[in-house]
Order: sequence, then C-alpha cells, then structure tokens
Amino acid sequence: MTMVYEDRGDDTAQDVPVRRIKFTINGDKKIAEVEPRLLLAHLIRYGLRLTGTHTGCDTTNCGACTVLVDGQAVKSCTMLAVQADGHEIQTVEGLATPSELHPLQEGFKEEHGLQCGFCTPGMMMAAKALLDRDLNPSEEDVRWALSGNLCRCTGYQNIVKSVLWAAEKLRSQAPAE
Amino acid sequence: MSQAVDEIKIGGIGASRKRVEDNRFIRGKGNYTDDIVLPGMLHMEILRSPLAHARIKSIDASKAWDIPGVHLVLTGEMMATRNLAWMPTLSYDTQAVLATDKVRFQGQEVACVIADDPYIAKDACEAIVVDYEPLPVIVNPMQAVAAGAPVIRDDKENQPDNVIYDWEVGDSAGTAHAFAAADLVSKLELHYPRSHPSPIECCGSIADFNRATSKLTVYMTTQAPHIIRAAVAMVAELPEHMIRIISPDIGGGFGNKVPVYPGYVCSILASILLERPVKWIEDKSGNLISTGFARDVYLKGEMALRRDGKILAVRMHTDADHGAFFSDAQPSKFKIGLMHSAFAAYDIPAAHLTARGTYSNKAPGGVAYRCSFRVTEAMFFQERMMQAAADDLGMDQAEFRRMNFVPDDAFPHRTPFGFLTDSGQYAKCLDVGLKAIDYENFRQQQEEARSRGRLLGLGISTMTEPLGAGNSREYDILGIKMFDSAELKVHMTGKAIVRTGARTQGQGHETTWAQIVAHELGIPAEDVVVEEGDTDTAPFGMGTYASRSTPVAGAAVAMVARKIRAKARKLAAHLLEVSEEDIEWELGRFYVRSAPDRGVTIQECAIAAYANMPDGMEPGLDATAYYDPPNLTWPFAVYIVTVEVDPQTGVWDVLNMVAVDDCGVRINPMIVEGQIMGGLTEAYAMSNMQFITFDADGNCVGANYMDYLLPTAWETPGFELHSEVVTPCPHHPIGAKGIGECAAVGGPAAFVNAVIDALSGTGVRNIDMPLLPDRVWEAMTYRRDISGAPPVRSDD
Repeated sequence: MTMVYEDRGDDTAQDVPVRRIKFTINGDKKIAEVEPRLLLAHLIRYGLRLTGTHTGCDTTNCGACTVLVDGQAVKSCTMLAVQADGHEIQTVEGLATPSELHPLQEGFKEEHGLQCGFCTPGMMMAAKALLDRDLNPSEEDVRWALSGNLCRCTGYQNIVKSVLWAAEKLRSQAPAE
Repeated sequence: MSQAVDEIKIGGIGASRKRVEDNRFIRGKGNYTDDIVLPGMLHMEILRSPLAHARIKSIDASKAWDIPGVHLVLTGEMMATRNLAWMPTLSYDTQAVLATDKVRFQGQEVACVIADDPYIAKDACEAIVVDYEPLPVIVNPMQAVAAGAPVIRDDKENQPDNVIYDWEVGDSAGTAHAFAAADLVSKLELHYPRSHPSPIECCGSIADFNRATSKLTVYMTTQAPHIIRAAVAMVAELPEHMIRIISPDIGGGFGNKVPVYPGYVCSILASILLERPVKWIEDKSGNLISTGFARDVYLKGEMALRRDGKILAVRMHTDADHGAFFSDAQPSKFKIGLMHSAFAAYDIPAAHLTARGTYSNKAPGGVAYRCSFRVTEAMFFQERMMQAAADDLGMDQAEFRRMNFVPDDAFPHRTPFGFLTDSGQYAKCLDVGLKAIDYENFRQQQEEARSRGRLLGLGISTMTEPLGAGNSREYDILGIKMFDSAELKVHMTGKAIVRTGARTQGQGHETTWAQIVAHELGIPAEDVVVEEGDTDTAPFGMGTYASRSTPVAGAAVAMVARKIRAKARKLAAHLLEVSEEDIEWELGRFYVRSAPDRGVTIQECAIAAYANMPDGMEPGLDATAYYDPPNLTWPFAVYIVTVEVDPQTGVWDVLNMVAVDDCGVRINPMIVEGQIMGGLTEAYAMSNMQFITFDADGNCVGANYMDYLLPTAWETPGFELHSEVVTPCPHHPIGAKGIGECAAVGGPAAFVNAVIDALSGTGVRNIDMPLLPDRVWEAMTYRRDISGAPPVRSDD
C-alpha cells in the first residue's frame, strides 16, 4: 500500500512507522508494507481489495471477518496484519476454483443458508475450519463451531443444514478408505 | 406448435427457486457500501458525546487539524453557518446533526474528521477537546413528566415540558360503559424494553459531489433510497434531479436503515466542501448508541370480561420514550404508529387507547424493528393481556382465544380501533398449532412434571398484523403517499428487466420479483433480471420496511406485467391475424379460441414489438405501474412454545416451538420459511437476552456486542413451521400478504407466556423482557412480578 502525506516541511512522513511483512493469501505469495497497528481485516479488505471478508462489530463478537490462518478460523479484526507475517491466509475468495464452487458454497445456496449475505463469508470460513478436521459433524458440532458467528437474518437453522449438506457432499467425494 | 409452460418449471409462483443473489454472496462478491472505493476518496469518523446531557462550553479542534492527513474537521458551529446544524425528522421534529448548544444523549454526534484513512480520522477525533458541563439526566417517561424535570428540548419554542404528544383513538364512552357492565376486569402493566435492530452491517455512506456536473451521488445503506433523495434535496437544498442515491447490497436492515442519520449529512457536506468522495462507515458502538432504536414503551391496560369468557372491552395506555429527538419513522397520522392494531384478531365491541410520547436523554429515532410501525408492542401487549385474562377467568388459554376470535365468516371486520381486516381462518390456524404441539398431552405432562418439581410451561401467541402500508388515503410519510411502483422492460429476445422502488436487504427480491413476472407472463424467471436501489434508474418507491415490499411493490410488479400482457395480446392478434377478442391466454402463450393449436408465445410477441408491430402501434414492450393498495394486508399467525424453567437458577430452555403462519399465497415457499425462522429468532432474542438499558446517568448499557447480547447458533432453538392454512388476500393481485415480520411481532409473547405459564401457582403475572435468569429467579422465589421501569443502576 502506498501512503501519500501532506508535506508540511517537517519530518511527519518519516514518523509513520512501517513494517514489511510476507504472507500467503489464497495461495498467492505477497509482500506488504503496513503500519504496525493495521488490523488483518483491513489489510485484507483495503490493502488486498478482497472485500468478501466483512467487518461487523469491531469487538470480535460477530465473526463476519473470519478467515483461516494456517487452517485455523481466526477473526481477522482481532489480529494485527504484522502478526500474519510468514503465515498462510485463506479468505472466502479462495473457496471456489474458477470452474467449481466449494461444497459449502453450494450448501448455503441449496439450503437457503443466507439472506442479506453479510455474515455468510465468515460463516463459511468458520464451517470450513470445522469440516477440514471433521467430515462427519453432528448438528451439535456444527452449532458449536459456528457459535462465534452472528447472523441476524436466518435464525441459523438453515445455516446448520447448509454445513451438514456440505459435509455430506465432501464425504461422498472423499476417496474410499 | 407452441404450448403453455409449466409454472413451477419456469420458476413461477409456488416454486422454491434457489436465490439469484446468492451467486455473488457465497463467492464474497457482494457489493456493500464499505466495499466501494472511489478515486480520491477520503474517510470520515464521528466524535460522539460521552455524556447523556451536558452543555458544550467549548470545542477545541486545533490539535486535530494539525495531524497529517486530516483534511477537514466539522463542528456544529460550522454546520450552523450553512444552516445544517439541525435537520428535520420524519416525524415533524428537528434533530441535531452536530451538537451546538448541548448534547442530549450519550453517543450524540459532536464533530467529524475527514482524513486520508480511517485510522488517521480516528486519531484526530481523539485529539479534539470538548469541555462539557454535565446536566441532570432523564432516562424514562416517569422522570420526563415528573415535577421539576429539566426540559430537554429547550432549543424549541413552544416546548415547555418533555411531552411530545398526547394521542387517543377509540370509543371512550362505549368502553367505559362496557367496563361498568363487566363481571370481571383483568389488568396488566408491562414494559417492552428498548431494543436495537442491529443488522450486522452498520450504517454508512459515500458522498461524491462532482463540481463539474453539479451532481451529488451518494452510495448509502438505506432501505428507502427515494425518500432519502427527497430528504437530501430538502436538507441540503440541492435540486432533486442532481441527487442520485444508490443503495448497494445491504447487510441487513430491519428498520435500522430507514431514517436519515447525521453521518450521512456530514459526509455529503464534507464532499461538497472538499470536492472529493467522502466515505463514512459507522462502527458497531456508534450504530448501537446513536441510530434507530426500537420499542421502549410502557404499556398498561385492562380488559372487561363476561363470566363466560367473552371480552367486552379493552382499555390501553402507552408511554413511549422517544429519546432526545422525535425522529421516528412512521406515517404522519399515527403518532404512536399502528399501536391501535392491537386486538384486531378478536371480536371486541369497544376499545379505547391513549398514548403519550416523551423526550429523554437517550438515543433518538424510534424505528419499527422488524415490524410495521410499532405493531410489535401492540401484539405483545395483546397476547400478554389475553393470557392474564384467561388466567383470571380460570379458562383454558386456547379456548379463551378461540371463543373471542373474529370468525371466518365475519370478514370484512371493523376492528375496535377502526382498521378493516379482510380475511383469515384464525381458529383453523390455532387448531393446527395445538395439534402440532400435542396440546392435551403436554398439559398432562406438565401436571406430572410439576408433581416431581419440574416446571414446564406452554405459551400461545397469535397475531394479525396490518402489513403493506399504505393505502394512500391514510398512510403518508411527510405528506408523501405510501404507494409503490414497478417498471418492466421486455427485450426483443423475450428476456426482461424489472425495477421497483423497493430495496431488498436479504428478502430476496431479485429472486421473487422474477417469479411474479414468470407467473404473469410465462417468461422463465431466469430470463428476468431484477434491479433496485438506484434512484436514477428505479421508478419512485417508498422503500422496503413494514413488510410492504410484496404487498405493494410486488403487487406493482404483477400489475406492470399485466400491462405488458395486454399489449402482447394486441401483438398476438396481429401475428395470428385474428381480432383481439378471439385470443385466449394460457401461461406463456396466446392462442386462437376456436383453434387452440394456433398460438404464439410471449417471446414471439416480444420480438414482434420490435420487428413486426401492427401499423399505428407504439413500438417496444415496456411499461411502468404505480400501485396504491386498497387496504393493508392482514396475515395471521399462531405461535406456540413449550419451555422448561430450572427452579434453582431461573434459566429456561425451549422444548418445542411451533409456528403456523397464514400469509396468503406464498411466492417462494423457501424464502417465506427463511423469513419466518429469522423472525422467530429475533422473537426468541428479545424474550431471552436482547435489550438496551441505561443507568441513571444515561450511560447506554448495550453499546457493543459484548453487552448487547444476540443469540448464536448455539442458543437458538429449532422451529417447526406449518404452512397448511392459506387464506389469499382478497385485494392483492396475486393473493399474497406480508410475512417478513410476523414472527418477530407475534413471537415474543409466546416465549414470555410459556415462562409465566411454567410459574403458574406462584401468582406471578408478569416478568418484563428479556426474561433473564435473575429476573425469573427473583419472580418465582419472591412470588412477585418484575414489571415497570427497567433496572436503573446508579453509582450509589
């Protein structure tokens, strides 16, 4: 990111601390220069222009900003960009391939798991963290895994169904043991 | 040979068509206000008052101006020089944009900073020094009308006290007469606490004033873009045709995104002054403490009863706390919204309602949170009163309701407060619900459980809600009549675009409007694109709230499609070389009455409109329809909940919840069920945990998601939905009624009634929402009601 400051004839521009970080996002290697206080959510949204990661509450409650950091579901409004140095981030934009949706994306559409769509990327990323470690979750497992994500539209019932739909599809795709 | 099309196959009415809008949302490709970046865009942050009531002695912004990257600091004083320190509200009051003389609630907008990025703008806000002189604080209507109360709105002439209005409706004398003749009078008093719609996406705007063209474009989170355009024209004194409001994807609204907020106005002024785009994105705390709250009404009432259970009359009084400015969004004629829709489902000969509104040092902007102009409070009181009255009579809850329902053959029915209900099968809905919950069996289980010390309860709530404002005779906002519109353009290849003046926020208009076109014209829904939210392209409409989209804008879609069909009929007659009178219509196709094999499809008519129209016919195939509904739509619902209360802790769990909704014809059953489940969850939230209260100093308790509790997937119970009962709306072109809000309106009383039922025998008649464990525990332990004022904590 490039910052342009007013030249007031003093050293203000030099006063702005900047750190250089390296990270991987959705498989792409990146280098960024960021203020140490920059939130990871804002690096993703404003720096990388990946606007599928939403910010809803600023207090780590709503989960709309959930991304995966090294496979773990993380609320990216509560992590500094500099803490992502050397790590691998996945966002909603990395779920689908150019030709194919991820089963979670299909499941949310099939089971009407979204209405306004604002919480959806965070819900799907939290669900992905669950399904990456457990392809056979119970309804209770899903509800618990999503309990850090708020939705005001759906009442969750269809979100839970969406995740179970995706789990079933992923199981059917998994190579037989 | 052409054939009629199968309505479900083409995604017409009744098809649970998968949603079109999902394709972008599941890929993270939605386009919400904060996703938009314009060249040269600056960022705005708001400095808010930490105090609920204080005189501003001075504001020193010099340190903010000194921070590199700051372009502008706006204060009330600067706004005043442009006549923008105050703005008119939707309820004929005024609201401060940026405070000049005083702050009147915690979180009030005091100054704005516009800077290169939001971090710098926040830094600069912290660098502004405001010297406040604290003043006495009012946090409820009792304090507002107490002798010697400070007058909050001393900025207004002719405002000697804190009373905004005194309003009444109904038959005072007839009601008094009925009470005098009653065998029994049942009474109830309660508080519907302040809540907040709290969509996950907060409010925001990007104002982009272009000096070269004089055009102001504003991207903003609004449910009603055309109303905003008119409001901006009035407030900013700009010509209306030079204002373009674009409402991009909206991350939930629920009423919160109807009003005009100071942040919008400041971003517009900043863009005009700086000639650059200015983005304002509110943080959650700002959203919760300053924007449109809901409820906060004290209700009391009494019911005159005959010994056999017949209701003779109802008397109600409401005291509504409107906060520091009366900026409610509601029709002009009704100062307390549609509160007088109470008891509409019951056949009650006489009723009288008085209502008083007062100012307080709390956030302004009462909105109808997932309801139609305060019917939530009305239905909640109605069903709590019904339970109390049945208990006082010693009658069964279900039977008491059944015997007082308006019977199916009594429509149209004039309600005790003057509405005209037109259709319903109330008893049938109740029967479906009782059967689903296994009523008799549950009552037995309840008895048995009680003998073993377990507390089970069952709560019934019914509601009929006046949805779909207006008609224009009775409903207007600031004098603008509440009709709606749709525009349909059929292209030459038979594909189409439909635009309305509504604005979807998750309700799925992009999917369902196309289904209505498919139903009317036989054009497959996938061939119809829906566009809303841009005032330069969409026809005028009053926006999406009060469950009015399907009743009004959806009706306009059907009507405009019928206009297209009428023209297509002429084209078909021309193509088939017969007179128009000899043409018949079946879905997707016109044919010759005497020779049904001879026909043309709607698509063939479309190309003819461009390539082969008869002499003298205006080419093209498009139309606009404005729809002024003859009446509101009246959906009905029965919600039944069973709960178990822990006698040791007061914690209660939902065992079962059954919802029977009769919303007439369902356009997309999948979407309708989604709306009902969302509403039920908000009902559960309000009854269980979600509320905003204030301490004695006016500090908002509930200013973030750590204090303002919303249910997650973990707490939210499952719901069983029933759609067996369908009573089409007699006046709606496709027989649909509103549905988005019913469950949030009727649901809360079912949960509360269930918990009160579990405590039967303790003498507890009321616990105010939310039914937090400590309140339930206190009520059952000390055998007393928890009613009235919210907990006002003070430091002593």
